[in-house]
Amino acid sequence: MMATLFVVTARVNGTEYKRVVEPRLLLSDFLRHELGLTGTHVGCEHGICGACTVLVDGLPVRSCLMFAPQADGREITTVEGLATGDALNPLQQAFQDAHGLQCGFCTPGILMTLTAFLADNPSPDEAEIREALSGNLCRCTGYQHIVDAVLAATGARDGAAWD
Amino acid sequence: MKPAAFKYALPRTLPEALAVKAEHGEDAAFLAGGQSLIPAMNFRLAQPAVLIDINRLEELAFIRVDAETGDLHLGALTRHRDLQFDPVIAAAQPLLAETAPNVAHPQIRNRGTLCGNLAHADPASEFPAVMLALEARLRLQSATGERWLAAEDFFVSVFTTARDDDEMLVEVAVPAMAPRTGACFLEVARRPGDYAMMGVAAVVVLDEGGSCRDARLAYCSAGETPVAAKDAAARLIGARAAGDEIAAAAEQAGQEIAPLGSVHASVGFQRHLAAVLTRRALHIAFDRAAAAGAEAAA
Repeated sequence: MMATLFVVTARVNGTEYKRVVEPRLLLSDFLRHELGLTGTHVGCEHGICGACTVLVDGLPVRSCLMFAPQADGREITTVEGLATGDALNPLQQAFQDAHGLQCGFCTPGILMTLTAFLADNPSPDEAEIREALSGNLCRCTGYQHIVDAVLAATGARDGAAWD
Repeated sequence: MKPAAFKYALPRTLPEALAVKAEHGEDAAFLAGGQSLIPAMNFRLAQPAVLIDINRLEELAFIRVDAETGDLHLGALTRHRDLQFDPVIAAAQPLLAETAPNVAHPQIRNRGTLCGNLAHADPASEFPAVMLALEARLRLQSATGERWLAAEDFFVSVFTTARDDDEMLVEVAVPAMAPRTGACFLEVARRPGDYAMMGVAAVVVLDEGGSCRDARLAYCSAGETPVAAKDAAARLIGARAAGDEIAAAAEQAGQEIAPLGSVHASVGFQRHLAAVLTRRALHIAFDRAAAAGAEAAA
Protein backbone atom coordinates (compact mmCIF):
# COMPACT_ATOMS: atom_id res chain seq x y z
CA MET A 1 0.00 0.00 0.00
CA MET A 2 2.90 2.38 0.63
CA ALA A 3 4.53 3.70 -2.46
CA THR A 4 7.85 5.36 -3.27
CA LEU A 5 6.74 5.77 -6.87
CA PHE A 6 3.24 6.58 -7.99
CA VAL A 7 1.47 6.46 -11.35
CA VAL A 8 -0.38 9.68 -12.04
CA THR A 9 -2.98 9.89 -14.77
CA ALA A 10 -4.41 13.35 -15.18
CA ARG A 11 -6.20 15.28 -17.87
CA VAL A 12 -4.52 18.65 -18.38
CA ASN A 13 -6.08 21.20 -20.73
CA GLY A 14 -8.08 18.39 -22.30
CA THR A 15 -5.14 16.04 -22.93
CA GLU A 16 -4.60 12.92 -20.84
CA TYR A 17 -1.10 12.41 -19.43
CA LYS A 18 0.33 9.43 -17.57
CA ARG A 19 3.59 9.69 -15.65
CA VAL A 20 5.42 7.73 -12.95
CA VAL A 21 6.56 10.16 -10.25
CA GLU A 22 7.96 10.40 -6.75
CA PRO A 23 5.09 11.24 -4.39
CA ARG A 24 6.95 14.32 -3.16
CA LEU A 25 6.76 15.92 -6.60
CA LEU A 26 4.65 19.06 -6.31
CA LEU A 27 1.85 19.50 -8.81
CA SER A 28 3.53 22.72 -9.97
CA ASP A 29 6.72 20.82 -10.81
CA PHE A 30 4.72 17.98 -12.35
CA LEU A 31 3.16 20.46 -14.76
CA ARG A 32 6.43 22.23 -15.54
CA HIS A 33 9.00 19.46 -15.58
CA GLU A 34 7.06 16.31 -16.43
CA LEU A 35 4.61 17.84 -18.90
CA GLY A 36 6.65 20.83 -20.09
CA LEU A 37 3.80 23.22 -19.34
CA THR A 38 5.99 26.05 -18.08
CA GLY A 39 3.23 28.64 -18.15
CA THR A 40 2.48 27.78 -14.54
CA HIS A 41 5.01 29.81 -12.60
CA VAL A 42 6.62 28.95 -9.28
CA GLY A 43 7.19 31.86 -6.93
CA CYS A 44 7.19 31.24 -3.21
CA GLU A 45 6.36 27.53 -2.91
CA HIS A 46 4.45 28.08 0.28
CA GLY A 47 1.08 29.27 -0.87
CA ILE A 48 1.51 33.02 -0.50
CA CYS A 49 2.24 34.44 -3.94
CA GLY A 50 -0.41 32.72 -6.07
CA ALA A 51 1.79 32.53 -9.18
CA CYS A 52 1.25 28.75 -9.46
CA THR A 53 -2.57 28.90 -9.31
CA VAL A 54 -4.26 26.36 -11.60
CA LEU A 55 -7.79 24.96 -11.78
CA VAL A 56 -8.36 21.46 -10.43
CA ASP A 57 -11.80 20.18 -11.38
CA GLY A 58 -12.69 23.81 -12.12
CA LEU A 59 -11.62 25.25 -8.77
CA PRO A 60 -8.52 27.42 -8.32
CA VAL A 61 -5.82 25.94 -6.10
CA ARG A 62 -2.14 26.52 -5.38
CA SER A 63 -0.33 23.88 -7.42
CA CYS A 64 2.67 24.19 -5.08
CA LEU A 65 0.42 22.99 -2.23
CA MET A 66 -0.61 19.72 -3.86
CA PHE A 67 1.46 16.65 -4.50
CA ALA A 68 1.32 15.23 -7.99
CA PRO A 69 -0.36 11.96 -6.86
CA GLN A 70 -3.26 14.05 -5.56
CA ALA A 71 -3.92 15.12 -9.15
CA ASP A 72 -4.51 11.50 -10.18
CA GLY A 73 -7.83 11.26 -11.98
CA ARG A 74 -8.36 15.03 -11.91
CA GLU A 75 -9.12 17.55 -14.62
CA ILE A 76 -6.58 20.36 -14.58
CA THR A 77 -6.57 23.65 -16.45
CA THR A 78 -3.40 25.73 -16.70
CA VAL A 79 -2.80 29.08 -18.36
CA GLU A 80 -1.92 27.19 -21.56
CA GLY A 81 -5.56 26.11 -21.66
CA LEU A 82 -6.95 29.62 -22.02
CA ALA A 83 -5.97 30.68 -25.54
CA THR A 84 -7.14 28.98 -28.73
CA GLY A 85 -4.00 28.62 -30.81
CA ASP A 86 -2.58 32.12 -31.07
CA ALA A 87 -5.92 33.77 -30.30
CA LEU A 88 -6.01 35.09 -26.74
CA ASN A 89 -9.26 34.66 -24.85
CA PRO A 90 -11.14 37.87 -23.91
CA LEU A 91 -9.59 38.07 -20.43
CA GLN A 92 -6.07 37.61 -21.79
CA GLN A 93 -6.75 40.14 -24.55
CA ALA A 94 -8.01 42.64 -21.96
CA PHE A 95 -4.76 42.18 -20.00
CA GLN A 96 -2.77 42.97 -23.12
CA ASP A 97 -4.92 45.96 -24.06
CA ALA A 98 -4.96 47.45 -20.54
CA HIS A 99 -1.27 46.79 -19.78
CA GLY A 100 -2.40 44.45 -17.02
CA LEU A 101 1.11 43.00 -16.81
CA GLN A 102 4.64 44.24 -16.81
CA CYS A 103 7.15 41.50 -16.07
CA GLY A 104 4.41 38.91 -16.43
CA PHE A 105 5.61 36.53 -13.75
CA CYS A 106 2.41 36.67 -11.70
CA THR A 107 0.12 36.80 -14.74
CA PRO A 108 -0.60 33.07 -15.26
CA GLY A 109 -1.73 32.68 -11.66
CA ILE A 110 -3.78 35.83 -11.80
CA LEU A 111 -5.47 34.74 -15.02
CA MET A 112 -6.41 31.38 -13.46
CA THR A 113 -7.69 33.01 -10.28
CA LEU A 114 -9.78 35.44 -12.31
CA THR A 115 -11.04 32.74 -14.68
CA ALA A 116 -12.65 30.93 -11.74
CA PHE A 117 -13.74 34.18 -10.08
CA LEU A 118 -15.50 35.49 -13.21
CA ALA A 119 -17.20 32.12 -13.74
CA ASP A 120 -18.86 32.57 -10.33
CA ASN A 121 -19.30 36.34 -10.55
CA PRO A 122 -19.46 37.56 -14.18
CA SER A 123 -20.05 41.24 -13.34
CA PRO A 124 -17.98 42.10 -10.27
CA ASP A 125 -17.45 45.62 -9.02
CA GLU A 126 -14.00 47.02 -8.39
CA ALA A 127 -13.94 46.16 -4.69
CA GLU A 128 -14.86 42.54 -5.44
CA ILE A 129 -12.12 42.34 -8.07
CA ARG A 130 -9.54 43.68 -5.63
CA GLU A 131 -10.58 41.15 -3.00
CA ALA A 132 -10.44 38.35 -5.59
CA LEU A 133 -6.86 39.42 -6.38
CA SER A 134 -5.81 39.47 -2.73
CA GLY A 135 -4.34 35.97 -2.95
CA ASN A 136 -2.07 36.84 -5.88
CA LEU A 137 0.98 39.05 -5.46
CA CYS A 138 2.02 41.40 -8.26
CA ARG A 139 5.05 43.59 -7.64
CA CYS A 140 4.99 45.58 -10.91
CA THR A 141 1.57 46.93 -11.72
CA GLY A 142 0.23 48.20 -8.42
CA TYR A 143 -2.83 46.17 -9.51
CA GLN A 144 -4.59 49.17 -11.06
CA HIS A 145 -4.15 48.02 -14.64
CA ILE A 146 -5.14 44.49 -13.68
CA VAL A 147 -8.38 45.83 -12.22
CA ASP A 148 -8.84 47.90 -15.41
CA ALA A 149 -8.36 44.77 -17.50
CA VAL A 150 -10.99 42.84 -15.57
CA LEU A 151 -13.47 45.68 -15.82
CA ALA A 152 -12.83 45.84 -19.56
CA ALA A 153 -13.16 42.08 -19.97
CA THR A 154 -16.52 42.13 -18.22
CA GLY A 155 -17.74 45.09 -20.26
CA ALA A 156 -17.96 47.33 -17.20
CA ARG A 157 -15.43 49.77 -18.62
CA ASP A 158 -14.78 50.88 -22.16
CA GLY A 159 -11.36 50.00 -23.48
CA ALA A 160 -10.92 53.67 -24.44
CA ALA A 161 -10.40 54.53 -20.77
CA TRP A 162 -6.68 53.78 -20.96
CA ASP A 163 -6.02 54.68 -24.60
CA MET B 1 12.13 24.62 -1.66
CA LYS B 2 11.18 21.03 -2.26
CA PRO B 3 9.91 18.57 0.34
CA ALA B 4 12.06 15.71 1.60
CA ALA B 5 11.27 12.24 0.31
CA PHE B 6 8.51 10.30 2.02
CA LYS B 7 6.52 7.13 1.59
CA TYR B 8 3.02 7.78 0.37
CA ALA B 9 0.04 5.83 1.63
CA LEU B 10 -3.31 6.16 -0.07
CA PRO B 11 -5.69 4.13 2.12
CA ARG B 12 -9.21 3.39 0.97
CA THR B 13 -10.70 2.83 4.42
CA LEU B 14 -10.37 4.60 7.76
CA PRO B 15 -9.15 1.50 9.65
CA GLU B 16 -6.42 1.11 7.03
CA ALA B 17 -5.36 4.74 7.55
CA LEU B 18 -5.38 4.40 11.33
CA ALA B 19 -3.35 1.19 11.15
CA VAL B 20 -0.60 2.98 9.22
CA LYS B 21 -0.67 5.80 11.77
CA ALA B 22 -0.49 3.33 14.66
CA GLU B 23 2.52 1.67 13.08
CA HIS B 24 4.49 4.86 12.37
CA GLY B 25 3.27 7.22 15.11
CA GLU B 26 4.80 10.67 14.99
CA ASP B 27 6.86 9.74 11.91
CA ALA B 28 3.64 9.70 9.90
CA ALA B 29 1.40 12.64 9.07
CA PHE B 30 -2.12 12.74 7.69
CA LEU B 31 -2.59 14.70 4.50
CA ALA B 32 -6.04 16.23 4.09
CA GLY B 33 -6.09 19.72 2.55
CA GLY B 34 -2.37 20.13 3.07
CA GLN B 35 -2.53 23.90 3.13
CA SER B 36 -0.45 24.16 6.31
CA LEU B 37 1.39 20.83 6.12
CA ILE B 38 2.73 21.16 2.57
CA PRO B 39 4.22 24.65 3.12
CA ALA B 40 5.93 23.25 6.23
CA MET B 41 7.18 20.29 4.17
CA ASN B 42 8.37 22.56 1.36
CA PHE B 43 10.46 24.43 3.92
CA ARG B 44 11.49 21.07 5.42
CA LEU B 45 10.20 22.25 8.77
CA ALA B 46 8.14 19.07 8.62
CA GLN B 47 9.71 15.89 7.24
CA PRO B 48 7.27 13.05 7.85
CA ALA B 49 8.68 9.69 6.78
CA VAL B 50 5.18 8.55 5.83
CA LEU B 51 2.37 10.66 4.43
CA ILE B 52 -1.11 9.19 4.78
CA ASP B 53 -3.37 10.80 2.21
CA ILE B 54 -6.94 10.63 3.58
CA ASN B 55 -8.59 12.37 0.65
CA ARG B 56 -10.03 9.11 -0.74
CA LEU B 57 -11.75 8.15 2.52
CA GLU B 58 -15.37 8.59 1.50
CA GLU B 59 -16.48 7.77 5.06
CA LEU B 60 -14.95 11.07 6.21
CA ALA B 61 -16.74 13.15 3.58
CA PHE B 62 -19.99 13.94 5.37
CA ILE B 63 -21.97 17.00 6.37
CA ARG B 64 -25.17 16.11 8.18
CA VAL B 65 -27.60 17.33 10.79
CA ASP B 66 -28.70 14.74 13.35
CA ALA B 67 -32.47 14.49 12.99
CA GLU B 68 -32.96 13.89 16.71
CA THR B 69 -30.59 16.39 18.31
CA GLY B 70 -30.17 18.96 15.55
CA ASP B 71 -26.40 18.79 16.04
CA LEU B 72 -24.27 19.44 12.96
CA HIS B 73 -21.73 16.71 12.19
CA LEU B 74 -18.80 17.52 9.94
CA GLY B 75 -16.42 14.84 8.68
CA ALA B 76 -12.67 15.31 8.34
CA LEU B 77 -12.94 16.04 4.61
CA THR B 78 -15.20 19.06 5.16
CA ARG B 79 -13.34 21.88 3.44
CA HIS B 80 -13.40 25.60 4.07
CA ARG B 81 -15.22 25.96 0.79
CA ASP B 82 -18.01 23.76 2.19
CA LEU B 83 -18.20 25.85 5.35
CA GLN B 84 -18.66 28.94 3.19
CA PHE B 85 -21.17 27.62 0.66
CA ASP B 86 -22.88 24.42 1.84
CA PRO B 87 -26.60 25.14 2.43
CA VAL B 88 -26.90 22.54 5.23
CA ILE B 89 -24.10 24.24 7.16
CA ALA B 90 -25.44 27.73 6.48
CA ALA B 91 -28.87 26.75 7.83
CA ALA B 92 -27.61 24.89 10.89
CA GLN B 93 -24.67 27.11 11.93
CA PRO B 94 -24.52 30.40 10.03
CA LEU B 95 -21.51 31.44 12.11
CA LEU B 96 -19.39 28.89 10.22
CA ALA B 97 -20.41 30.33 6.85
CA GLU B 98 -19.81 33.87 8.11
CA THR B 99 -16.33 33.02 9.36
CA ALA B 100 -15.10 31.05 6.33
CA PRO B 101 -14.40 33.98 3.95
CA ASN B 102 -11.94 35.34 6.53
CA VAL B 103 -9.78 32.24 6.24
CA ALA B 104 -7.02 32.81 3.65
CA HIS B 105 -8.07 32.95 -0.02
CA PRO B 106 -10.42 30.93 -2.24
CA GLN B 107 -7.44 28.97 -3.60
CA ILE B 108 -6.65 27.83 -0.07
CA ARG B 109 -10.27 27.34 1.03
CA ASN B 110 -10.88 25.02 -1.92
CA ARG B 111 -8.38 22.56 -0.42
CA GLY B 112 -8.04 23.24 3.29
CA THR B 113 -10.20 21.29 5.75
CA LEU B 114 -11.79 22.24 9.05
CA CYS B 115 -10.32 19.29 10.95
CA GLY B 116 -6.87 19.92 9.48
CA ASN B 117 -7.13 23.54 10.52
CA LEU B 118 -8.10 22.57 14.07
CA ALA B 119 -5.42 19.89 14.36
CA HIS B 120 -2.81 22.43 13.19
CA ALA B 121 -3.89 24.64 16.13
CA ASP B 122 -2.55 27.95 14.94
CA PRO B 123 -3.75 30.43 17.59
CA ALA B 124 -4.12 33.10 14.90
CA SER B 125 -6.56 30.91 12.98
CA GLU B 126 -10.26 31.72 13.06
CA PHE B 127 -11.99 28.35 13.36
CA PRO B 128 -10.40 27.20 16.61
CA ALA B 129 -11.93 30.27 18.28
CA VAL B 130 -15.26 29.64 16.57
CA MET B 131 -15.22 26.06 17.90
CA LEU B 132 -14.89 27.43 21.44
CA ALA B 133 -17.75 29.87 20.90
CA LEU B 134 -19.98 27.10 19.52
CA GLU B 135 -18.92 24.62 22.23
CA ALA B 136 -18.05 22.10 19.55
CA ARG B 137 -16.98 18.58 20.39
CA LEU B 138 -14.20 16.82 18.53
CA ARG B 139 -13.94 13.09 17.84
CA LEU B 140 -10.48 11.55 17.86
CA GLN B 141 -10.09 8.04 16.54
CA SER B 142 -7.20 5.57 16.63
CA ALA B 143 -6.77 1.95 15.64
CA THR B 144 -7.77 0.95 19.17
CA GLY B 145 -10.65 3.28 20.00
CA GLU B 146 -12.15 6.72 19.93
CA ARG B 147 -12.86 9.58 22.30
CA TRP B 148 -14.75 12.86 22.24
CA LEU B 149 -13.16 16.05 23.53
CA ALA B 150 -14.64 19.47 24.13
CA ALA B 151 -12.96 22.06 21.91
CA GLU B 152 -11.60 23.87 24.96
CA ASP B 153 -9.80 20.70 26.08
CA PHE B 154 -8.33 20.08 22.62
CA PHE B 155 -6.17 23.18 22.23
CA VAL B 156 -3.08 22.98 24.44
CA SER B 157 -0.63 25.56 23.11
CA VAL B 158 0.78 27.00 19.89
CA PHE B 159 0.50 24.25 17.23
CA THR B 160 -0.13 21.76 20.04
CA THR B 161 -3.29 19.80 20.77
CA ALA B 162 -4.45 16.93 22.93
CA ARG B 163 -4.37 14.60 19.92
CA ASP B 164 -2.13 11.57 20.46
CA ASP B 165 0.33 10.36 17.84
CA ASP B 166 -1.89 7.45 16.83
CA GLU B 167 -5.08 9.49 16.56
CA MET B 168 -6.88 11.27 13.75
CA LEU B 169 -9.31 14.12 14.26
CA VAL B 170 -12.15 12.54 12.31
CA GLU B 171 -15.21 14.61 13.10
CA VAL B 172 -16.50 17.85 14.58
CA ALA B 173 -19.95 18.01 16.18
CA VAL B 174 -21.52 21.42 16.70
CA PRO B 175 -24.48 21.44 19.12
CA ALA B 176 -27.77 22.68 17.73
CA MET B 177 -28.52 26.34 18.33
CA ALA B 178 -30.98 27.03 21.13
CA PRO B 179 -34.03 29.11 20.21
CA ARG B 180 -33.27 32.86 20.05
CA THR B 181 -29.56 32.37 19.39
CA GLY B 182 -27.55 34.99 17.51
CA ALA B 183 -23.89 34.78 16.54
CA CYS B 184 -21.34 36.95 14.81
CA PHE B 185 -17.71 36.75 13.71
CA LEU B 186 -15.63 39.89 13.12
CA GLU B 187 -11.92 40.40 12.60
CA VAL B 188 -9.39 43.03 11.62
CA ALA B 189 -6.66 42.00 9.21
CA ARG B 190 -4.30 44.12 7.17
CA ARG B 191 -5.57 42.65 3.90
CA PRO B 192 -8.34 40.18 3.09
CA GLY B 193 -6.98 36.70 3.68
CA ASP B 194 -4.17 37.76 6.01
CA TYR B 195 -4.01 36.46 9.54
CA ALA B 196 -6.15 38.60 11.80
CA MET B 197 -4.59 41.04 14.21
CA MET B 198 -7.66 40.26 16.30
CA GLY B 199 -10.84 38.29 15.72
CA VAL B 200 -13.89 37.55 17.84
CA ALA B 201 -16.66 34.97 17.69
CA ALA B 202 -19.68 36.02 19.77
CA VAL B 203 -22.73 33.88 20.55
CA VAL B 204 -25.72 35.08 22.61
CA VAL B 205 -28.92 33.30 23.57
CA LEU B 206 -31.92 35.37 24.66
CA ASP B 207 -34.82 34.36 26.88
CA GLU B 208 -38.41 34.99 25.85
CA GLY B 209 -38.29 38.45 27.34
CA GLY B 210 -35.25 39.46 25.28
CA SER B 211 -32.68 39.25 28.08
CA CYS B 212 -29.45 37.36 27.57
CA ARG B 213 -29.47 33.94 29.24
CA ASP B 214 -26.23 32.58 27.77
CA ALA B 215 -23.25 34.16 26.03
CA ARG B 216 -19.89 33.02 24.76
CA LEU B 217 -16.96 35.07 23.49
CA ALA B 218 -13.86 33.55 21.89
CA TYR B 219 -10.86 35.11 20.19
CA CYS B 220 -8.13 34.33 17.68
CA SER B 221 -4.71 36.01 17.79
CA ALA B 222 -5.37 36.50 21.48
CA GLY B 223 -2.91 34.11 23.16
CA GLU B 224 -1.15 30.78 22.75
CA THR B 225 -4.43 29.02 22.04
CA PRO B 226 -7.84 30.24 20.96
CA VAL B 227 -9.01 32.17 24.01
CA ALA B 228 -12.47 32.33 25.61
CA ALA B 229 -13.36 35.41 27.65
CA LYS B 230 -15.56 33.64 30.19
CA ASP B 231 -15.84 36.41 32.77
CA ALA B 232 -16.83 38.97 30.16
CA ALA B 233 -19.39 36.55 28.75
CA ALA B 234 -20.80 35.84 32.23
CA ARG B 235 -21.29 39.56 32.69
CA LEU B 236 -23.73 39.53 29.77
CA ILE B 237 -26.22 37.27 31.54
CA GLY B 238 -29.38 39.31 31.97
CA ALA B 239 -28.15 41.99 29.57
CA ARG B 240 -30.46 43.53 27.00
CA ALA B 241 -29.67 44.68 23.49
CA ALA B 242 -29.77 48.38 24.30
CA GLY B 243 -28.14 48.20 27.72
CA ASP B 244 -24.75 49.39 28.94
CA GLU B 245 -23.65 45.85 29.75
CA ILE B 246 -22.47 45.20 26.19
CA ALA B 247 -19.89 47.99 26.27
CA ALA B 248 -18.78 46.98 29.75
CA ALA B 249 -18.41 43.32 28.79
CA ALA B 250 -16.51 44.30 25.64
CA GLU B 251 -14.02 46.37 27.65
CA GLN B 252 -13.58 43.52 30.08
CA ALA B 253 -13.00 41.02 27.27
CA GLY B 254 -10.20 43.20 25.92
CA GLN B 255 -8.44 42.89 29.27
CA GLU B 256 -9.28 39.24 29.87
CA ILE B 257 -7.54 37.84 26.77
CA ALA B 258 -3.78 37.35 26.60
CA PRO B 259 -2.57 38.62 23.21
CA LEU B 260 1.11 38.18 22.39
CA GLY B 261 1.63 41.27 20.24
CA SER B 262 3.44 41.34 16.89
CA VAL B 263 5.25 43.71 14.60
CA HIS B 264 1.87 44.76 13.19
CA ALA B 265 -0.08 45.14 16.41
CA SER B 266 1.10 45.82 19.95
CA VAL B 267 -0.57 44.07 22.86
CA GLY B 268 -2.34 47.29 23.77
CA PHE B 269 -3.67 47.73 20.24
CA GLN B 270 -4.83 44.11 20.18
CA ARG B 271 -6.74 44.65 23.42
CA HIS B 272 -8.27 47.78 21.95
CA LEU B 273 -9.29 45.90 18.80
CA ALA B 274 -10.80 43.11 20.90
CA ALA B 275 -12.94 45.57 22.87
CA VAL B 276 -14.18 47.37 19.75
CA LEU B 277 -14.83 44.18 17.79
CA THR B 278 -16.57 42.56 20.76
CA ARG B 279 -18.94 45.51 21.17
CA ARG B 280 -19.80 45.48 17.46
CA ALA B 281 -20.15 41.71 17.30
CA LEU B 282 -22.38 41.63 20.38
CA HIS B 283 -24.74 44.25 18.96
CA ILE B 284 -25.05 42.22 15.78
CA ALA B 285 -25.46 38.95 17.69
CA PHE B 286 -28.19 40.44 19.90
CA ASP B 287 -30.03 41.71 16.83
CA ARG B 288 -29.76 38.34 15.16
CA ALA B 289 -30.96 36.54 18.27
CA ALA B 290 -33.97 38.84 18.47
CA ALA B 291 -34.68 38.30 14.76
CA ALA B 292 -34.43 34.52 15.23
CA GLY B 293 -36.94 34.77 18.08
CA ALA B 294 -39.32 36.92 16.03
CA GLU B 295 -39.07 34.53 13.12
CA ALA B 296 -39.86 31.54 15.31
CA ALA B 297 -42.86 33.35 16.80
CA ALA B 298 -44.25 34.38 13.41
